[in-house]
Amino acid sequence: MSLLSFTSRGIYCEKADVYIDPWRKVDKALITHGHSDHSRWGHKAYLCTHSAKPVIEHRLGKINISSVPFGETTTINGVKFSFHPAGHILGSAQIRVEYKGEIWVASGDYKLENDGLAEPFEPVRCHAFITESTFGLPVYKWKPQSDVFDAINAWWEQNKAEGKTSILAGYSLGKAQRILQNINPAIGPVLTHGAVENINEVMRAQGISLNDTIKITKETDKNLFPGSLVICPPSALGASWMKNFMKHSTAVGSGWMMLRGARRRRSVDRGFVLSDHADWDGLNSAIRETGAEKVIVTHGYTSVFSKWLRDQGLDAAEVQTRFEGELAEINDSISSSEAS
Amino acid sequence: MKDFVKLFNTIDQTTKTNAKVEALALYFKNASDADRIWTIAILSHRRPRRTVTTTLLRTWAAEYGNLPLWLFEESYHVVGDLAETIALVLPKPLKQSNHPLSYWIEYIKALKDVEEEEKKVAILQAWNSLGHEARFIFNKLITGGWRIGISQKLMVRALSKFTGIEENLLAHRLMGNWDPSSTSFDELVLSENPLDDISKPYPFYLAYALEDEPVDLGQPEEWQAERKWDGIRGQIIIRKKEIFVWSRGEELITDKFPEFNSLVDALPEGTVLDGEILPFKDGKVLSFNVLQTRIGRKNISKKTLETAPVVLVAYDLLEFEGQDIRHESMAERRKKLESLLDSYRHESLLLSPVVKFSDWDVLKKEQKDSRAHNCEGLMLKRKDSPYKIGRKKGDWWKWKVEPLTIDAVMIYAMRGHGRRANLYTDYTFAVWNGDELVSFAKAYSGLKDTEFQEITRFVKQNTVERFGPVRSVKPELVFELAFEGINRSKRHKSGVALRFPRMKRWRKDKSASEANTLDDLLNLLNLYGQ
Repeated sequence: MSLLSFTSRGIYCEKADVYIDPWRKVDKALITHGHSDHSRWGHKAYLCTHSAKPVIEHRLGKINISSVPFGETTTINGVKFSFHPAGHILGSAQIRVEYKGEIWVASGDYKLENDGLAEPFEPVRCHAFITESTFGLPVYKWKPQSDVFDAINAWWEQNKAEGKTSILAGYSLGKAQRILQNINPAIGPVLTHGAVENINEVMRAQGISLNDTIKITKETDKNLFPGSLVICPPSALGASWMKNFMKHSTAVGSGWMMLRGARRRRSVDRGFVLSDHADWDGLNSAIRETGAEKVIVTHGYTSVFSKWLRDQGLDAAEVQTRFEGELAEINDSISSSEAS
Repeated sequence: MKDFVKLFNTIDQTTKTNAKVEALALYFKNASDADRIWTIAILSHRRPRRTVTTTLLRTWAAEYGNLPLWLFEESYHVVGDLAETIALVLPKPLKQSNHPLSYWIEYIKALKDVEEEEKKVAILQAWNSLGHEARFIFNKLITGGWRIGISQKLMVRALSKFTGIEENLLAHRLMGNWDPSSTSFDELVLSENPLDDISKPYPFYLAYALEDEPVDLGQPEEWQAERKWDGIRGQIIIRKKEIFVWSRGEELITDKFPEFNSLVDALPEGTVLDGEILPFKDGKVLSFNVLQTRIGRKNISKKTLETAPVVLVAYDLLEFEGQDIRHESMAERRKKLESLLDSYRHESLLLSPVVKFSDWDVLKKEQKDSRAHNCEGLMLKRKDSPYKIGRKKGDWWKWKVEPLTIDAVMIYAMRGHGRRANLYTDYTFAVWNGDELVSFAKAYSGLKDTEFQEITRFVKQNTVERFGPVRSVKPELVFELAFEGINRSKRHKSGVALRFPRMKRWRKDKSASEANTLDDLLNLLNLYGQ
C-alpha cells in the first residue's frame, strides 16, 4: 500500500487513517481549501490552515475544526503532515505527507503567480506529487495579472466615461477578493453582490485589509451605480438581480475566457483571462520543482496531461476524483442562475 | 491588419446589434477600397481559395510551438477552432507588422502554386510578424469557416449607414457571382447601374414559423395556402439566353441540376422563378433522402439522373418580361405565374398547387395530412403582400406538422465546436433491440446551455472509453428526439435514417430501460417512411 491511495471516499492515508479533501463522510479530513469540491460537509473532524478556517466555518456552519499555521508539522501515528502555501486562494494549502523518509504532496488547487492576497505558492520537494490539471493544455497561457488588471481598469474607466455600470463576475470565494484587491479604487466606488460581501466580511474579520466596498441592497441609492464597479458571482449575471442596473457592461474573469468559444457562450461584453489555477507553463514548472518522479493527475484534462508527463519521462497516471477545479465555478453559476 | 483586428474585437466583445453595426460602419468609413471589398467578401462568405492545407498548418504549428502533434490535436479538440488553436500555441512573434487586411489576403493567394517548403517559410514568416489576434484572423483567412457574429443583413445595414444607399438596393447589389479580386468597391456598391450581371438573384423572402393557430391571422379569404415542400429552395433565372439556378444559401447550383438547362428555350426572356427543387418521378414527390444523394456530388451521373430526377415546383414569380414585379401583390404574381406555366410547359417545371379552403378548420385537416403528401406542413401567404427581403413577420408563415418523436438512450458524446467548444454537445443515440442498444441517430441541437453543462459533467464522470474527441458513456441518459421524417437506409446499422433529428427534451424522469425499441422505430418507418 502506498503512503497515499485513492478510495471511493477520497485521497486516503491508511497509516494515519486520515483523508485529504474527501468527498464522502469520513472521521478525519485534512482540507486544502474552502471551495466546495474540496471542503464538503459531514466529516467528524476537520484540519486546515489558520487563514482557511474562517471561510470553511462560514460555509459549513457548526463543524469540529482545528487549524495549524503553514509549515507546522502535525504527527498522526508516526506520519508527519504539514500545510504549505498553494497560492490558489487565501489559506489554500498543499498538504505534505511524510512517513519513513517517503514524501507525498497533495496540492489541491494551485497557481504560481503571487496575486497579492493568497499566501504565495511554495514548491515542496517530494517523491510523489498529486496535481490538478484544470488548465493542463498548451493553449492556456496566462498573462501577468498586472496586464489583466490594466485591461480591467481600462474597461471600467471607459464604461464610467459612458455613464455605464461595470459588472464584473468572479467566483465569490477567492476570485472576487483578488479582483477587489487589484483594481484601481481611485476610478470609482466598488459595489458588491451579497454573496461576495459575505466572504469579504469573513476575511476582514480575520484581519485581512480589503479595499472598501458597498454592499448592494434594496435600499442602495441607484445614483451610485453609473461609473461604479460591481463585483458579483457569475450566477448573478443571468439573474433578475441584473434589473438593478440601467446602462451597464458585463464581464467575467476566468481562465476559461482564454477560449473564444467559452467567451461567446457566456455572452458577456468582455471576458478577462484571470484564473486562480496554474496555466500550462505553471503546471509544468511546479511539477519540475517538486523533483517528484511519480505524478498523479486528479482533475482537469487528466488523460492528456498525464500522457504528456509520461512523454517527459515521468511516472504519471490519472485518477478519477470528484474535484472539479474551475469547472465547478462555471457550472454552479449557471445552475443557480436558472433557479432564480 | 490593426483596423480589422479592432473591428473584429469590437464585434466579438459586444452582444448588442447596434454596437456591431456602428463599429462596422466606422470601419468602412476609414478603410481603403481594397479592404472594404474584402471585408464585404469575408462577411458574405466569399473567402479566398484555400492555398495551404490544414494538415500542413497543423504540422507547422505543432513544430513551431514545440509540441508533439498528438498534443496539438488534443488541444484542437478542446478549442474547437483550428485557427484559434494555432494562434494559441505559437510562441510570441518576433515583430509586429501592420499590413492591411487586403495585403494578407494577397499574400495568401500568392501561395497557390508555390512549393511546400516555400509555403512553410511564408507562413512562419507571417506568424512571426503578427500578434495573437492578428494571427487568428490570418489563420481564419486561410481555413475559412468564420462565425464572426455579424450576419449579411447587419453588414448591409452598416454599409447602408456608411453609403447612405437604401438597404434593399445594397442587398441586391451584393448578391450573385462577383469576385472580390477583380471587383471594385465602386462597381459593386456605389454604381447606380450595378454590374451588368445577368446572373444576379433576388434576395429570398423567408417565412417565420407559425406558433399559434392560424385563426388569429384573420379572414381565410385573405390568405393563400400551399404545401410546404421538403426540398431545396431555389431561384431560377432566365436572362439573355442563359439559365442560373441559385440556392437559398446564395450558392450557384446550376451545374447540379442539368434537368433545368432546357428551360432556357422553354421560358421567355427575363423570367425569375422562386420555388422548391424536389426529387420527382412517375408523378410522385420522392423523399428528401433521394435529393441528398445528389447534393455534394461533383459530377451528376446518368444513373443519378434516372434514379433521382428533379423538378422545380414553382410558387412565385419575381421577374416577368424582364421587369422586377416583387412589389406586386401575391395574388397578382400568382395569376401571372399560373398563366406563364400554362403557356410555357416543361417536364421539369411544375406549379405548386394552391390548397383550397373555406375556413381554418378545413385547412387544419389538410395540415395534419401533410406527411401523406411528403410535405412538412403548409405555407400561408397573404394575398395582398409584396415579395419581401429576408425573414419578415406578418405576410408569410410556415405551418409545420408536429414532429415525430422517440425516446432514445445516449451512448456516445463528442465535444462541440465554436461557442460549444469544450462542452460535450454532439450525441449518438440508440434504441433497444432485445438486450442490445442499436445506434440510429446523431443530434446536437435543442438543449439549453445549462443542460449541456450538466450533461458534460455526466459524460466526464461516466466515460467508458475514449476515441479521440469521442467518448462512449454509460447508457443512462434518455432523450426525446424529434424528427421530421423517417426512411429506410442502408448506411445505418439500424436500417433507418431520420430527417433533421434534434433533442426535444431530456427525459430525466425515464431510465434507460424505458427508452423505445427498434420495433417502435420500425413501426414509425412503416407508417411514415417510403
